[in-house]
Amino acid sequence: MSELSRETLVLNMGPQHPATHGVLRLLLELEGEVILGAEAVIGYLHTGFEKEMETRTYHQNIIFPPRIEYLATFIEEQAYVLAVEKLLGIQAPKRAETIRIILAELSRIASHLVWLGTSAIDLNVSSVFMYCFRDREEILDMFEMVSGQRMMHGYFRIGGLQWDLPAGFTERVQKFLDDLPRRLDEYETLLTDNLIWRQRTEGVGLLSAEDALGYGCTGPLLRGSGVNYDVRKAFPYGGYDEYAFDVPLGEHGDSFDRYKIRLEEMRQSRRIILQAVDRLTDGPIMVDDRKVALPPRRELVRSMEAVIHQFKLVSEGIQPPAGEIYAAVESPRGEKGYYIVSDGSNRPVRVRVRAPSFNNLQALPVMIYHETIADAVVIIASIDIVLGDVDR
Amino acid sequence: MTQHLAESLAQQLADVALEQTRFRNELTLVLPRERLLAALQAARAGGFSLLIDLTAVDRSPASPRFEVVYLLTSPPAPSRIRFKVRVEEGDAVVPTATAVWPAAGWLEREVFDLFGIRFEGHPDLKRILLPDDWEGHPLRKDFPLTEEPVEFIGHTPKVPSQIIPKSPPKP
Repeated sequence: MSELSRETLVLNMGPQHPATHGVLRLLLELEGEVILGAEAVIGYLHTGFEKEMETRTYHQNIIFPPRIEYLATFIEEQAYVLAVEKLLGIQAPKRAETIRIILAELSRIASHLVWLGTSAIDLNVSSVFMYCFRDREEILDMFEMVSGQRMMHGYFRIGGLQWDLPAGFTERVQKFLDDLPRRLDEYETLLTDNLIWRQRTEGVGLLSAEDALGYGCTGPLLRGSGVNYDVRKAFPYGGYDEYAFDVPLGEHGDSFDRYKIRLEEMRQSRRIILQAVDRLTDGPIMVDDRKVALPPRRELVRSMEAVIHQFKLVSEGIQPPAGEIYAAVESPRGEKGYYIVSDGSNRPVRVRVRAPSFNNLQALPVMIYHETIADAVVIIASIDIVLGDVDR
Repeated sequence: MTQHLAESLAQQLADVALEQTRFRNELTLVLPRERLLAALQAARAGGFSLLIDLTAVDRSPASPRFEVVYLLTSPPAPSRIRFKVRVEEGDAVVPTATAVWPAAGWLEREVFDLFGIRFEGHPDLKRILLPDDWEGHPLRKDFPLTEEPVEFIGHTPKVPSQIIPKSPPKP
């Protein structure tokens, strides 16, 4: 081959590009249409959440997690709240845990639906995009019913929940879940049996189990490569050890496997929610610890002590013991963890957000090596990155 | 939950570790900097195949000022362990772990970007989240968190969230 034909071209893709699902910039080294090297340039959405969290009390910090990963908001809140609870050494009451699981799994379905819709529209299947967003709207309506907000809820509290479920919520969830399998089957028929979809995803974006582990990938990306690691099973949190569900695994580590896994995860999430709705019993939704939870209103008029507790909590906040903990949950993208260092005061010394998208994105150059530009779009979609999570 | 892998690794590194702490069933080993790489390799060989996180903590005004934290996880036999290395501000250099886990590449760049800790032997140590011409390292405690300065007369940028002041540590 002559020197001339080996010449490569560096193409800039993003940061404003519809296929990057946010503000991701890629520098692609191309020979013809084949990618020989890639460098991801990130940080366009860096907002310094970790620094901000050092300057606020533990309770004030609840507003940040759903803004970090804005597609799986309740799972984010659960991750942060569980981390602080672990630091305090307390456990939320049963009813609060069950409600958290229902909302977290609904978040997972909502997030996977956004992923399915956006990856479908990347390959020009716009009807699936519309259907998925219609279903997600229903979930967001339920979230609004519970917390008053479609996103950025701030509904989970350290030690429990803000308030109890509204009347008619479980019926609405039940109605949605009853219809969900039919809808998922429909989307699967539209995609799995679609020749173009299969040709575009099968064997595209291969990632070996060894590379996936080496790059710290978690979630559907790691399980697509056949490694059985789901935080809900490996390190059960918030009561997940009492629920029966399966962890789907892939064989080839390609985009098609990741697609199959996410579809199956939605069905498994439905299974978990159905069990949780069954187990929903009456009970308190907040711990009975006056150093953590505000006293109920009726106590404030009678007890001086309750007034003091209220004043302390509002003016100073929760003061966990000095120490450091790491607590993780399984987000739709992988292991989302909070590493919190406390010095015993009302503000954390350090809050580190372990972002699954950050590590998963790092494996992108491995996956798109020797693929074409058109396939790069499919592969970026198959990682399912949220740039808010990557850049924090 | 018992974590057999972490316990056996802690035993193996018992004479290397400077300190061993347990808090809320989490095992942390503080290692000397010169033994860190060998310990990470031993961990990876011992089944901790996932470098879940690599980060740093600014313990200022304590000395040594920085702690570099490695969180390792073993997926098949669920187990977690945390390694820590303490470094002084004037000598904030840690050997790179990129040869053990490629995942360390970006994570170390992030620590360099936000804390200014250098990783010796890193193939491409440059800023990752902030612009290349950014001055300072924001997650250091002496980096002020203020509003962006604006040119209005009479407006002094304030530090947000001074509503609830920092309390002294609980006795």
